[in-house]
Amino acid sequence: MKAKRARPAQPKVTKTGRKAAAARLYILKLYVAGQSPKSVSAIANMKKLCEANLQGRYVLDVIDLYQQPQLAQGEQIIAVPTLIRKLPSPLRRIIGDMSNTERVLVGLDLRSEA
Amino acid sequence: MNKSKPKPLTRTSRRQNHFRPQLPKSPTGIQGLDEITGGGLPKGRPTLVCGGAGCGKTLLAMEFLVRGATQFHEPGVFMAFEETAKDLTQNVASLGFDLNELIARKRILLDFVYVERSEIEETGEYDLEGLFIRLGQAIDSIGAKRVVLDTIESLFGGLPNPLILRAELRRLFRWLKDKGVTAIITAERGEGILTRQGLEEYVSDCVIVLDHRVSEQTSSRRLRVVKYRGSTHGTNEYPFLIDEDGISVLPVTSLALQHIVSRERVSTGVARLDAMLGGKGYYRGSSVLISGTAGTGKSSFAAHFADAACRRGERVLYFAFEESPSQIMRNMRSIGIHLQQWVDKGLLQFHAQRPSFAGLETHLAMKHKVINAFKPQAVILDPLNSFIVGDNKIGVHSMLMRLLDFLKTKQITGLFTSLISSGPTLEQSESSISSLIDTWLLLRAVDSGGERNRGLAVLKSRGMAHSNQIREFLLTDHGAELRDVYVGASGVLTGSARLTQEAQDQAVQILQKQEIERRQIELKRTHQALEAHIAALHAEFEVKKTESLRITGQEQAQGAQLAQGRLEMGVSREVDVIAKNPMRRAK
Repeated sequence: MKAKRARPAQPKVTKTGRKAAAARLYILKLYVAGQSPKSVSAIANMKKLCEANLQGRYVLDVIDLYQQPQLAQGEQIIAVPTLIRKLPSPLRRIIGDMSNTERVLVGLDLRSEA
Repeated sequence: MNKSKPKPLTRTSRRQNHFRPQLPKSPTGIQGLDEITGGGLPKGRPTLVCGGAGCGKTLLAMEFLVRGATQFHEPGVFMAFEETAKDLTQNVASLGFDLNELIARKRILLDFVYVERSEIEETGEYDLEGLFIRLGQAIDSIGAKRVVLDTIESLFGGLPNPLILRAELRRLFRWLKDKGVTAIITAERGEGILTRQGLEEYVSDCVIVLDHRVSEQTSSRRLRVVKYRGSTHGTNEYPFLIDEDGISVLPVTSLALQHIVSRERVSTGVARLDAMLGGKGYYRGSSVLISGTAGTGKSSFAAHFADAACRRGERVLYFAFEESPSQIMRNMRSIGIHLQQWVDKGLLQFHAQRPSFAGLETHLAMKHKVINAFKPQAVILDPLNSFIVGDNKIGVHSMLMRLLDFLKTKQITGLFTSLISSGPTLEQSESSISSLIDTWLLLRAVDSGGERNRGLAVLKSRGMAHSNQIREFLLTDHGAELRDVYVGASGVLTGSARLTQEAQDQAVQILQKQEIERRQIELKRTHQALEAHIAALHAEFEVKKTESLRITGQEQAQGAQLAQGRLEMGVSREVDVIAKNPMRRAK
């Protein structure tokens, strides 16, 4: 497991014009399987997306299931890659290589499904 | 063992198929299933078990794992897609499987895969590597040899993009094969196809279909091996039971009529009936049908047989379909048969159930199970025809056939009673089962002289000389008693008519006896008379003889006197002496 990043301070500022939900802290876990093309692109896509949309208020853990296979059962992982939004609740699962940015944002409730 | 890919078989080698090395198999431990499949599921390959809701797929799969873990030292992984681990544990606990204990001992691993469509968002290409990793981890952690995926099809409901799923499932089954685990994949039955998602395309080494159907308001479960690559297998639908011991499949159709028969004879329990059957009774392992109209004593003969078998120390299983055990025992006491003592000794076991309790197949399956457990030497079904409800004669026939084959292979004597409606076609009414029966006794009520009397005839008895007479019998307080045959002008005499005849016969006998005595006396008298006559004749003869001698003597004396006289005369005359006496002339 990659070192857990320090949790940034809870942002106090609530920007007007944005949804209140968007201001909350996001804890995301991305489960991948080694260096498969889908995993590599999912990691890259996610990092880009988080930086662009959740800068400063997210924690993204990337977990390689080959290294920690026992986590697959605990987290109910079937498909790979899977991104789990631990917070804010409710729990959401996003599967795929995260290439469809729109759908990832919908999945993370960062954009309403138009 | 390079026979996994069989060469084209010649006719002769095909016949000897059972003796060839077979595909390695993984025994299920499920009663009967191993017999149908010739040893179990294909080892190291996936097997598809499909069927509708509630037909026992999960249970079959679970039993496969539990038996593997407890009996064959093969730990197993159960991956559930529908029920949680807790639910599963509770559900199978009722069948005597202690999953928690097996899990604690690392013989079984339960993994509940939770897939919730509403929580999942698809954002591009994905695969099921997570499932592979998870399964691989589970298999490796306990060294599993068996895997169950129950019901993997539910992934189609939980994950988007069926195309990816199909490709991944195909990969999964290949992967399972590479792993060398024996797997069961369960699937829901689809419309017109075996499974809803067409999984049979991917898992094609062995396909088993379960079925739960209801006919005549009674349900029966069936199992069929649709396909088994590289192995022979039973192809019929076999009934199976789910009860407190899990699943038992009953391969109730014997493949060949090859049972070995016994020459041993067993008593019917009625000495004079034994005499009618060539003097020794039924053959051991044969099938006996006692049919008759109401109240003709069918059950009594069955009880006699049971009693005689128990007396020999044999075990008897009595399936009653219309009376409770205590009722049978009470009734049989009235004719002097005490069945209770055999029940107490454990030689006699009753199983009383209404026929409508379950379907024919289920009944048959239960009988198999009980017979296998009790191992009797004789089985009684009383009465058989209560199974015939409406138009299911064919079903009863096939049930009976399979039961008989089963009994015969085990050399168990089967005695069945059958109630028939009276009428001129007694024999015909049972034609559907008669061909299966070795010895058929017909009991009938004979109406004559204002009475009903009971008559017994041996309709047939294969392989033995048997009496052709219709015998009257009485149910006395010491059992059924066959009487002598009295044939009158209008057939066999029974009841009072017989008694009258018996009295008449006795009178005739006395008369005859007197006549003989009279004749003897007369003969004696004649003899005496003749003797006297002979004595008289003798006496007469003696008289005549004396007389005759006397006369001869006189004549001789006269002759001599005459000669003397002549001589003297000659002397006196001096003539003719020489002529009269040549001897004297030669001098």
